Amino acid sequence: MTGATVHTDPPLLQIRDLTLSFDTWRGPVEVLHGISLSVRRGEKVALVGQSGSGKSVTARIVVDQMRRQRGARIGGHVRFDGLDLLSLKERTARALRGTAVSMVFQDPTSALNPVFTIAAQFREVLRRAEPALTAEQARGRAAEALSHVLIHDADRVLDSYPFQLSGGMNQRVLIAMAMANHPRLLVADEPGTALDVTVQDRTLRLMATLTEEQQTAVLLISHNLGVVREFADRVYVIYHGRIVEHGRTADLFADPRHPYTRALLLAVPKISGGGLPAGLMEASEDFLAPAVVHGGCEEPPLDVEAMA
Amino acid sequence: MIAAVFRSRGWYKFRRNPLSMVGLVLVALVVLMAVLAPLVAPYPEHAGAFVDFVNASQPPSWANPFGTDLVGRDVLSRVIFGYQISLLLGVVVLGIAVPIGVGLGLAAGYFGGAVDYVIMRVVDVFLSIPPLVLAMAIMGFLEPTLTNGMMAVAAMWWPWYARLAYNMARSESREGYVLAAEVIGASTPHILIREILPNCLPAVFTKITLDLGFVILIASSLSFLGLGVQPPTPDLGSMVAEGARYLPDNWWMAVFPALAILVAVLGFNLLGDGLRDVMDTDR
Repeated sequence: MTGATVHTDPPLLQIRDLTLSFDTWRGPVEVLHGISLSVRRGEKVALVGQSGSGKSVTARIVVDQMRRQRGARIGGHVRFDGLDLLSLKERTARALRGTAVSMVFQDPTSALNPVFTIAAQFREVLRRAEPALTAEQARGRAAEALSHVLIHDADRVLDSYPFQLSGGMNQRVLIAMAMANHPRLLVADEPGTALDVTVQDRTLRLMATLTEEQQTAVLLISHNLGVVREFADRVYVIYHGRIVEHGRTADLFADPRHPYTRALLLAVPKISGGGLPAGLMEASEDFLAPAVVHGGCEEPPLDVEAMA
Repeated sequence: MIAAVFRSRGWYKFRRNPLSMVGLVLVALVVLMAVLAPLVAPYPEHAGAFVDFVNASQPPSWANPFGTDLVGRDVLSRVIFGYQISLLLGVVVLGIAVPIGVGLGLAAGYFGGAVDYVIMRVVDVFLSIPPLVLAMAIMGFLEPTLTNGMMAVAAMWWPWYARLAYNMARSESREGYVLAAEVIGASTPHILIREILPNCLPAVFTKITLDLGFVILIASSLSFLGLGVQPPTPDLGSMVAEGARYLPDNWWMAVFPALAILVAVLGFNLLGDGLRDVMDTDR
């Protein structure tokens, strides 16, 4: 491990000092305390933390879902491919979504509209990139996209409504949809957490293969370090709105230095271990220790010139 | 297409409820009579200003099954043409009230904030006035014509649809598929019309079916009070009002038009109930 890999090109997604707070009747509640992370082109990065740590809101900020939220105050920088997402006009931001950036959701069945067939919903997605697509062309493209996620009886699936398909099937449909327009960045918010473990595992493998083939960068949001280990190139651990540890997956798992990361690693249930280990702490003063950054993973500088 | 309906799960469930079937038959009967009124009515010319004093105030007979009115017109013919007016009124009223109500309700539910506040407070103001009183007030200001009657009833009806659509839009907006549509960059009109609205339609259509009966009833009440359609238009409400003056001797003048209203309202209610059961369990 040299730790000296130098990346000269600016990252595809760069988050710097991102803060988020909600106005409530008791005053502002800080959710993110200035987190920084970056994703390079074609790279798979995981953001791991327990529920309430701010990982999902980070994903939502990336797909521009927080601006409309009432009482939400966002600070810092979110750069995507040279664009400042936080100051972008609604129209420009919308043009990016579904084409350059797409998302996979936690609960696949509710992410699909129950009153339309898969074919109809696929068509809408494909027309985001190519508005002139005819129904037959879209169907052909959808069938092809479904074959990439190992759905071979495409006709049956396309003519089904979401509630007629299993959760695992819907999850694969969603991944096929998310990848259909060849996005540069895929945000995956705990994909398959609503499904059983084997299906979840298969889903992640499928997503890994597909994104590698298409050179798509992935920001994976998860609470499960075990899941992340097989999937991600780099890992950020987030605790209470702060990044506490960051490193290449192998480094971080070989040598978890931050107390919170260690606790999180202990919390991964093992079949042989007999449930959760004793003495596992929910919260601790130690968890607020300064962030640990493993070698070679320092945040690249924010490209100020491109800001204008 | 029609064959597909008869093979569907919904039809199966609908058919199993005898009351729904009664409703369907009654509604079909009313609609057919209204559409084919000139062909079905024994004396189509009696629908308007027709006078035949020789046969005035005759009790029911083979020639006039529902009897004749004060000026000798066949009550059955006038009831059949009365359905025409009632249905026209129901369709036009809901045709105005539903798009306005659903449109405003969807917008209020989806956007929230100030839009929600303004629209829903206006809705509350409308809903706080008893419907018939509101319609009477409007009709008191305006000429009592069919068009104005429709406007008055539509004005009191849209807030109910606004409230229905508002609640549905609010709950549907939190569904994953709306978020998913936002994330793939769908435009706001697309999300409202192509994503949320289709999920509200079953409820809206069920309410429309139920409401057709009530609209007919309210319109008839207005006519009964002399604030609706004016003679000689064959309106069920005004026929009841006029006939009521000659109760109990010339009972047929009021009773048959009243029964006709009952049949229509009951039919639409039973049909609407049946549809609601079908829609409910589908979700």
